[in-house]
Amino acid sequence: MVFELTEEQKLVRDTARDFAQKRLKPVALELDEKEEVTPKIMKELGELGYFGIIIPEKYGGSGLDSLSYILILEEIAKVSAGVMITVSVHNSLFCQALNKFANEEQKQKYLPKMATGEWIGAYALTEPHSGTDAGALRTKAEFKNKGYVLNGEKLFVTNAGLADVFVVFASTKPELKAKGISCFIVEKSFKGLNIGAKEKKLGIKASDTRAISLVDCFVPQENLLGIPNEGFKMALEILDSGRIGVAAQALGIAEAAFEESLKYAKERKQFDQPIANFQAIQFKLADMATRIEAARHLVYNAAQMSNNNHDFVKQASMAKLFASEVANFVANEAVQIHGGYGYMKEYPVERYFRDARITEIYEGTSEAQRITIFREISKG
Amino acid sequence: MNIIICIKQVPDIGSIKVDPQAKKIIFPDSPGVLNPFDAYALEEALRIKEKRGGKVFGLSLGGPESEFCLREALSLGADEAVLLSDEKFKNLDAYLTSFVLAQGIKKIGDYYLILFGKQAVDGDSSLIPAEVAEWLDLPQVIFVKKFDELTDDMANVRRMTEDGYDTVEISLPAVISVVKEINEPRLPSLKGKMRAKSAKITVWNTQDLQVEENRLGENQKSAQIISVSPPPPRPKGEILEGSPEEIAEKLAAKLREAQVI
Repeated sequence: MVFELTEEQKLVRDTARDFAQKRLKPVALELDEKEEVTPKIMKELGELGYFGIIIPEKYGGSGLDSLSYILILEEIAKVSAGVMITVSVHNSLFCQALNKFANEEQKQKYLPKMATGEWIGAYALTEPHSGTDAGALRTKAEFKNKGYVLNGEKLFVTNAGLADVFVVFASTKPELKAKGISCFIVEKSFKGLNIGAKEKKLGIKASDTRAISLVDCFVPQENLLGIPNEGFKMALEILDSGRIGVAAQALGIAEAAFEESLKYAKERKQFDQPIANFQAIQFKLADMATRIEAARHLVYNAAQMSNNNHDFVKQASMAKLFASEVANFVANEAVQIHGGYGYMKEYPVERYFRDARITEIYEGTSEAQRITIFREISKG
Repeated sequence: MNIIICIKQVPDIGSIKVDPQAKKIIFPDSPGVLNPFDAYALEEALRIKEKRGGKVFGLSLGGPESEFCLREALSLGADEAVLLSDEKFKNLDAYLTSFVLAQGIKKIGDYYLILFGKQAVDGDSSLIPAEVAEWLDLPQVIFVKKFDELTDDMANVRRMTEDGYDTVEISLPAVISVVKEINEPRLPSLKGKMRAKSAKITVWNTQDLQVEENRLGENQKSAQIISVSPPPPRPKGEILEGSPEEIAEKLAAKLREAQVI
C-alpha cells in the first residue's frame, strides 16, 4: 500500500510543519518546564486555524478531512506532544462530539467560537472510580426545572484550566448503568462547576490537566447533547476517532526521537569514529525506522478509513496500540543511543521519553485496545 | 486605495554557488523561497490594511515559478496578485527591472503606498525601490523601521541609520522599503493556505504593460557585469592545545600580538 497524499493534504501538512518548526520548536522545552501552553501560543494557534481544523466551513472552521487532520497533529506532536494534545482534545473530543451529536442550534451557538479558539473545549468522562470501565461512572444528572442538576467528580480532564466549555457525561438513569448515561454541554460559567488545581505529570507537561467537580450544577435542557441515555455509546464513538489522534501523537513523538537519534549517532564520536559506524547503533536505528514506517501506515490507514465512513474501530485501535508501543520503544532506544546525555534535559529525547508514556494509557489503555481488537476480529 | 507590495522569489541562499569563469551565480534547482525581507514589507502592508482598509496587491516580476511567492502573499492576506511575466523580462538589470515594475504599478493604479523589503537576498543590490520611485516620480524613504503616523496623504516614518534613526515626513503616494526590525511577520493560516492554492493570479506581459519591444534590449541596460567571484573562503582557525592555564596564556599572548588587548 502506498499512501498518495492529495495536493491539499500535502499543503496543510507543510503549513503545519512550518508553524510547528518556527513557532513551537524554539519554545517546546520552555513550555514543558513552565507546564503551560502560553497565552501567546494559544492565541496564534487560534488565529491560524488550529482549533477549527475539523469544524465545517459553515461554522467558521476549515472542514478538513481526517487524514489532513492527522497529518497536522503529527507535525505538532513531533515538536511538542503537550501542545498537540491541547489541540487534539479540543478538536477530536469536544468539537467532534458537537459535529456528530449536536443539534443545529447547539452547533451555531458553540462551533464558531470553538473554530477561532475564542472558546476552548474539554471532555470529561473519567472519574476516580471509573477509568477503562467508563460505563460505571457515578456522576449523576437529575431532571429538575427544565434542566438537569449534575453532581459528581471528573478526573484527568485535559484542557480543564483553559476550557470555556466541557462535554460532561453523567448518569440520568443509574439503575440502567451504562445504558443510562447522558451527555451535556457544560459552560465554565455554570454555577456549581469547580475547576481543580493543575496536576503534576510525568510527561506532556505543557498540557493542562485537572479534576473538575460538579456540585448541584444546573444545566439547561437545551444543553443536553444527543439522545438521552445514549451517552455511553456516544462517548465510545467519540473516542474511536479520538484515538487516531493519540496514535498520530505517538507517531510524531517516535519520529522526533528517531530523527534526533540519527543525527546524534552521526555526530557523536567514540573510539575515534561516529557511533553510527557501530552495528549495535545501526541495528537500533534500523529497528526504530522500520517500526515507525509500519506505525505510519496503520495510522494513516485508520484516518483514511474513518474519513471514508468505513467501519474503522479495529483499525483505530490497532493504530493506537501499535503506534503508542512504537513511541515508547523508539523513545527508549533514543535515550540509550544518547547515553548519559539522553538522560539530561539538555537533549530533547529526555522529554520524548517522558511524553511517550501517556500514549499507552489515555484514550484507552493498550490493554483496552487489545480487548477492542479481539472483539472486532472475533465477530462472525 | 491600494497598497502595492513588490515581492520576489529568491533561491534558498544557503545553497548558492558562484562560477567565476562564466561570471555567473549558480542557483540551486530547489523551488526557492519568498525573499526574507519581503515578508516584513508584506506584514506591514497587511497591518496597515487591517487598520485603514483598502486592498493589498502583491506584485512580482519573474517566470511562472514566481507564482509561489504570490500565493504565499495571498495566503497571508493579500487581496490580489499580479505577476509580470514575459520572455522579454528575463535577465533584466536593476534599471530595466524597476522600469517594468513601475509599469505594473501604474497599471494597478489607485495606490498610496508601494512597499518593498530593503533588498533581495540574491542580487543584494537594494536598488529597485529607489529606481521604481524615480520611474514613477514619487518620493521615497528606504530602510524604514517604523511607521509613526499614516494618513491618506502623508506618513511619518523612522529611517534606520547606522547609529540610530531619522524621523522623516513624506507625502503620499510614496515608495518605502522596510527593514526587518519593523515587525514580526505572521505565518499563514490553514484556511489562508487553501484559499491561496486556487486563487487567481493575474499575469501581464509586455503588451499588457504597453512596453515597446526595443525598450528592454541589451543596449538599454545601464549595468554590465564585469566579473563575479565568490567571497574568499574563511581562513582556517587555530586550535590551541594544552592545559586550561596554558591555553589561556597562549590565547592572551595571541590577543596581545593582534593588539586586541
